[in-house]
Amino acid sequence: MAINKDSNVYTIGFAFVLVCVVGTILAILSIGLKPMQERNAEVKKKIDILSAMMTSDEMTNIDRKNAEEEFDKFVNIDAALVLDMNGSIKAGSDAFNVDIRKERRDKAISETDKNYPLFEAKKDGEKVYIIPVVGSGLWGPIWGNICVGEDMRTIRGASFGHKGETPGLGAEISQSFFVNRWLGEEISDKDGMPTKFEVVKNSSGADPKMVDGITGGTITSVGVQEMVNRCLKPYIAYFNNLKKD
Amino acid sequence: MSEEKKSKAPSEPLFSKKNRKLVTDPLTDNNPVTIQVLGICSALAITVQVEQGIVMGIAVLFVLVLGNLIISLLRNMIPSRIRIIVQLVVVAALVIIVNEVLKAFLPDISEKLSVFVGLIITNCIIMGRFEAFAMANKPWPSIMDGIGNGLGYAGLLILVAVFREFFGSGSLMGIPLLGSSLPGEESGLYAMGYMNNNMMILPPMALVIVGIIIWVQRSRNKELVESH
Repeated sequence: MAINKDSNVYTIGFAFVLVCVVGTILAILSIGLKPMQERNAEVKKKIDILSAMMTSDEMTNIDRKNAEEEFDKFVNIDAALVLDMNGSIKAGSDAFNVDIRKERRDKAISETDKNYPLFEAKKDGEKVYIIPVVGSGLWGPIWGNICVGEDMRTIRGASFGHKGETPGLGAEISQSFFVNRWLGEEISDKDGMPTKFEVVKNSSGADPKMVDGITGGTITSVGVQEMVNRCLKPYIAYFNNLKKD
Repeated sequence: MSEEKKSKAPSEPLFSKKNRKLVTDPLTDNNPVTIQVLGICSALAITVQVEQGIVMGIAVLFVLVLGNLIISLLRNMIPSRIRIIVQLVVVAALVIIVNEVLKAFLPDISEKLSVFVGLIITNCIIMGRFEAFAMANKPWPSIMDGIGNGLGYAGLLILVAVFREFFGSGSLMGIPLLGSSLPGEESGLYAMGYMNNNMMILPPMALVIVGIIIWVQRSRNKELVESH
C-alpha cells in the first residue's frame, strides 16, 4: 500500500471516518429503536403499578404481553390524578406520564413544583389507591408503588425496585419477603397524623410503625424508610381532606 | 515466500488443532482470569449470584467475539498511534448497540444487565484480547480466541458465583437449597442453627475464592508457576 499509515493525515482521517461511521450507526439505532423502548418502559410502569396491588401469585399470570389488558381491567386511569406537595389536586395533569424518578433526579425542579401522581383501582370490589414512591438506595435510585386500601390508611400491597443495589443484600428489597413486611401497616393514625415508619433490626413484631430491615442491606433499607416517609406525606394530606368531606 | 504462505493459509481447516487450541487454552491453562489475571474487577462485583454470573458471561462473550472480529478485519487499516482509542471506540459502540437492542426487544434481560453494561466496557479482558490477539491475527482465529476467552471468563465467573451464592445465601440460581432463612420461619438447616456466611456476599471474599482457585490450579499444574 502506498499510503503511509503513520502519517498525521492518515491518522486523523481514520479517526474522523471511524467516529462518523460509529456515530451514524448509533444515531440510527437509537432513533429507530426509541418507539419500542418507550413502549417497553410504559408496559413496565403498568406492571409495577399492578404488582403493588396484586399478590405475587396473582402476578405470575401477568407478563408483558397481557399487562396492558390487565391494567385497563383493574386501574381506573380516568380517576388518576396529580397532587402537589400539600396534597391539593393539580388540574389538567396527566398522572400516568409524570416521571417521578426524573423529577427527583432533576435538581432544577423545586419541591413545590414536583408532581405526585395517584392511581385508583378496583380489586375484589374494594377501591384501592396506588401511590408511586421514589428515593435513594446505597448505589442508586430505588422506587416503588404502595397500595393503600379503601380506608386510606392500611397498606394492602407494595412493590419495590432498584437500579443497582447489591444482589443478595440491598437488592432484596424487591423480594416478596421484604415487601410482605409492609402489608397491614398503617400510613397514618386515626387522626390522620402521618406514621413515621422505622426500619429496624429483628423486633418489629406487631408494632404497626416498624418494619424489619434486610441484614447486610441496612443503607438500602433505611433508604426505603426515608422514601416511604417522605413520599406518602402529600397523599396523607389529600386523604385527610377526602375524609373530611 | 509470501506467495507460498498466502496460498497455503486458506487450506488450513477451520477447526485445525491450532484453532481448537485457541478455544480450549483459555478454559484451563491460559484462563484470562486465573492465569492472565484480567477482568478481576468484574469478577469481584457480580459473582454474588449464579444467574448474574451467567448473564455477564454471555454478554462479555458476545462483545468479545464480535469485537475481535471487527478489530481483526480492521487490523491492517488501524493507525498504530491511535489503536487503543480505536479499540475503545469499538467496544463502547458494541456495548451500546447490545444495550439498545436488548432494551427494545428483550427488556427484561436488559434490566438485569443494566448494571453490568459499564463493567463490560472497562473489562480488561476485552481490550487485552484486541491488543494481544485480534490486532495480529486473521478474523477466523480471532473469533475462536474470542469464544475461548469469553467462555474461560464466564466459566470462572460461574464457578466463583456457585461458591458465593451457596455459602452466602444458601441457594443456587435463586433457589434455596438449605431451607428458609427468613427470621421467624427458619426451616431445614437454618432451624438447626446454621447461618449464612454474610462475608461471602462482600467483594473481598470473591478475591479469596479466586485466589484459592488460582492456588489449586497451579498446584495441579506446576508449569503454570512462575519462577522468581
